Amino acid sequence: MISGADLLRIEDLSISFAMLGGQIDAVKKANLRVLPGRVTALVGESGSGKSVISQSIMRILPKVASASGRILFNDPLTGTETDILRLSQDGPDIRAIRGRRIGKIFQEPMTSLSPLHTIGDQVSEVLTIHEDMSRDERYERTIEMLRMVGFAKPERAFRMYPFELSGGMRQRAMIALALICRPALLIADEPTTALDVTIQAQILRLLKDLQQEFNMAMLLITHDLGVVANVADEVVVIYHGEVMEAGPVEDIFRRPGHPYLKGLMAAVPHFDMKPGERLKALREVPVNASHLLGVSEERQKEPGPDILLSVRDVTKSYKIRKSGFFRRPDEAPVRAVDGVSFDIRRGECLGLVGESGCGKTTVSKMLMRAVTPDSGSIVFHDRNGPVDVLEAEGDQLQKLRGKIQMVFQDPVSSLSPRMTVQNILSEPLEIHKRGTPKSRLETVSALMEVIGLNRRYLNRYPHSFSGGQRQRIGIARALALGPELLICDEPVSALDVSVQAQILNLLKDLQKDLGLTYLFISHNLAVVDYMADRIAVMCAGRIVELAPREILMRAPVHPYTKSLLAAVPFPDLDRPLDFSTLKTANASDMRNWSAPFRQDDDGHGLATADLGEGHLVLARSNADVRELRP
Amino acid sequence: MLRYILWRIAVMVPTMLLISMLVFTIIELPPGDYFESYVAELRAMGEEADMEEIEALRERYGFDQPAPIRYLHWVGGMLHGDFGYSFEYQLPVSDVVGDRLWLTVLVSFVTILVTWIIAFPIGIYSATHQYSWGDYGLTFLGLLGLAVPNFILALILMYFANIWFGTSIGHLMDQQYLNEPMSWAKARSILEHLWIPVIIIGTAGTAGMVRRLRANLLDELQKQYVVTARAKGMNPFRALVKYPLRMSLNFFISDIGSILPQIISGAEITAIVLSLETTGPMLIKALQSQDMYLAGSFLMFLAFLTVIGVLVSDIALAFLDPRIRLQGGSTK
Repeated sequence: MISGADLLRIEDLSISFAMLGGQIDAVKKANLRVLPGRVTALVGESGSGKSVISQSIMRILPKVASASGRILFNDPLTGTETDILRLSQDGPDIRAIRGRRIGKIFQEPMTSLSPLHTIGDQVSEVLTIHEDMSRDERYERTIEMLRMVGFAKPERAFRMYPFELSGGMRQRAMIALALICRPALLIADEPTTALDVTIQAQILRLLKDLQQEFNMAMLLITHDLGVVANVADEVVVIYHGEVMEAGPVEDIFRRPGHPYLKGLMAAVPHFDMKPGERLKALREVPVNASHLLGVSEERQKEPGPDILLSVRDVTKSYKIRKSGFFRRPDEAPVRAVDGVSFDIRRGECLGLVGESGCGKTTVSKMLMRAVTPDSGSIVFHDRNGPVDVLEAEGDQLQKLRGKIQMVFQDPVSSLSPRMTVQNILSEPLEIHKRGTPKSRLETVSALMEVIGLNRRYLNRYPHSFSGGQRQRIGIARALALGPELLICDEPVSALDVSVQAQILNLLKDLQKDLGLTYLFISHNLAVVDYMADRIAVMCAGRIVELAPREILMRAPVHPYTKSLLAAVPFPDLDRPLDFSTLKTANASDMRNWSAPFRQDDDGHGLATADLGEGHLVLARSNADVRELRP
Repeated sequence: MLRYILWRIAVMVPTMLLISMLVFTIIELPPGDYFESYVAELRAMGEEADMEEIEALRERYGFDQPAPIRYLHWVGGMLHGDFGYSFEYQLPVSDVVGDRLWLTVLVSFVTILVTWIIAFPIGIYSATHQYSWGDYGLTFLGLLGLAVPNFILALILMYFANIWFGTSIGHLMDQQYLNEPMSWAKARSILEHLWIPVIIIGTAGTAGMVRRLRANLLDELQKQYVVTARAKGMNPFRALVKYPLRMSLNFFISDIGSILPQIISGAEITAIVLSLETTGPMLIKALQSQDMYLAGSFLMFLAFLTVIGVLVSDIALAFLDPRIRLQGGSTK
């Protein structure tokens, strides 16, 4: 390491939090450096201390934290080296660095801007603090910056409030705020984690472009190895507050040395997995479904109809009251779900992919009878004959509830903190009046074994489990009634990569052992690719493409599917994102699709075209099938 | 915005009408009327009432007419400033209330101001120095203020005010100025006495506001945008005032709606203990003696203040918070 060449050098940094009854060491003697004009990625799972390091660089740690060591910032503008940890807390010296020489953007663009102040106010405020400028100059500079980050009408954006912008645009405003003083270093703390995959690709491209244009260094904090492979020059891997491995991105990806890093890489699902290939979870869960096997044997003896659930043309509109107190009420109904049809075959896993707000969760709620569609039908083909899901009442509905169960996204809020695991798991049985208290306890113990948790934990409360364990409890709860269809709504989105693999493998094993059918909803294409047999892609309330997994991944037809696939960052240096094809335009906007997939003005609506081999695509009703093929 | 304000003011009219019906029903609920209780009182003292005169009075004030007509009389009179006649004082209501109303407004207004002036710095200090000795000490004081009943505080303060400052006990002014026209000397005497009721009435309110401001500000201080402001290099105090404090003001503004009537009606017991010349004791007396026009006008006045307070806080909220102004009903 050549000292002096580093923009930022962190030496023996330790950070600890004072807690009731002792202290927690979040970072233990970490060393890392950031070169000027390069992107350094700090990779780690939640709780690894990566965010804490980034906070300590700007001295914005929470009050209970204390840091020791050295953080040397070598300002290229003045050529002087400052030890940031020696500066007084919130004093003028550190404030002159914050925002001016080091900028920062955060994970959650919704909350990182004040909802009460306009974008222009919040961005130009940085200039008010640091630069001696007139009001007009500040305005000019802010407008210029907003244009640079991709606002088509910066004058308009200047006067807008954050809640009037989409997540992607908010993050762009945040980038403008962080970069307006042309800092030497930008700290990006999970800048794209809260964004959809196509938006993520746009923001990554913007960050990369601006980083090169301003010739600034960037410290990118992320857990996503795909993002790292596409953006970073140097990588630092951190685990439990200790730096495991550091070096150029080439070395890290081609020759990972540390077992943790190797394990992490094997745990990420990617598109090149062979059929039947298994993810290697860092900690595998042994599945022992023998106690529940009785159910599945019975099922195998008497297989029901091939199609388990058929959804036909369901539609749901929401009225948005845009009026408030101040405007004339114009009630434009928004079609959250617009003519969605699909079948779920018995024993398969149907993946449902789409970006936030596309209606995938609304569809899942309809299947659960939590939302009533405006029109359409949903039929559940039970062994004893078909059941109309939307019409079922009383006893029939109660039986149906036992057949369709749900696994939720957030393992923290989906389990009641006031119930023990035993209460949580036996509650469905009590509601459905199954068995005696004694037999319920046996079932609950069996369920614990199924998800690989010791039955001694039955009397504990959810807070004493980790995120992955809680999600396993959530799965066990869903399994308690012996359902046939399990709806998994983003079951791994809130989990770390290493835990994600564990849960995915658990779900796979359960499906095999118990003969379950899954509807697997996710925004993560790689995860769906790993899990699903067939994949449906949803966009703006419609299913635009539905095909068996290999076909959809190999030969997608619909432009939206293509842009979705093109935007996924691979944790593979040989497959970089093609930033040039990523337009700033919104991929889910129908106007950006090629002609055969657009609704035209002549009144030719969209219809589902069959391309054979179960490959369905939404296209103009008069379009020729050959025309659709690429 | 103008549309909204006009609409809100228009909505006040039916609200006030409904309230007036309720008020009328309430003051009509007890059996009998003022004259009956008057006669009973006279008889109890062994005097003979002139029944003829009383019948004449009854007729004059329409007590022999059915309730709906009396209601219309009452409401119609109020519309052009005639609040009726107080039998107890043998004066028109507006004359009886007159002076007292202004004194009440003065006491309340000063109390509100003092509440805010004390509560704000303490609330901000407590929130920014959470779990420090200062926070604990101020919290303790605040809880004392909340817990001690007003009348006890009134008695204690009266005692010490007399011993230490020689201020005469009770009333809002020295005895000699009672029922005197306003003069400089009287004004000074009022100011001299004012601080005692202000402290007594304001303590609980101040303590409550400190607690709420602290809680709200603590919530806001956790938010990400505060970190953003710090990361900009802002002066911590200016950042505090511009972002989290501004956000935590919403509760305070929606409080205005209830603070006006609360202070006027909540001060009754204190006012009785201190024998203040405010409206509180008068209202209680009027309700006891079924002096219906006086009581009714009072209740209407309180209701009017509530409605106005809510209107003011709604408009102020819309001005201050763009989310309310621009998003209307759909909030995230």
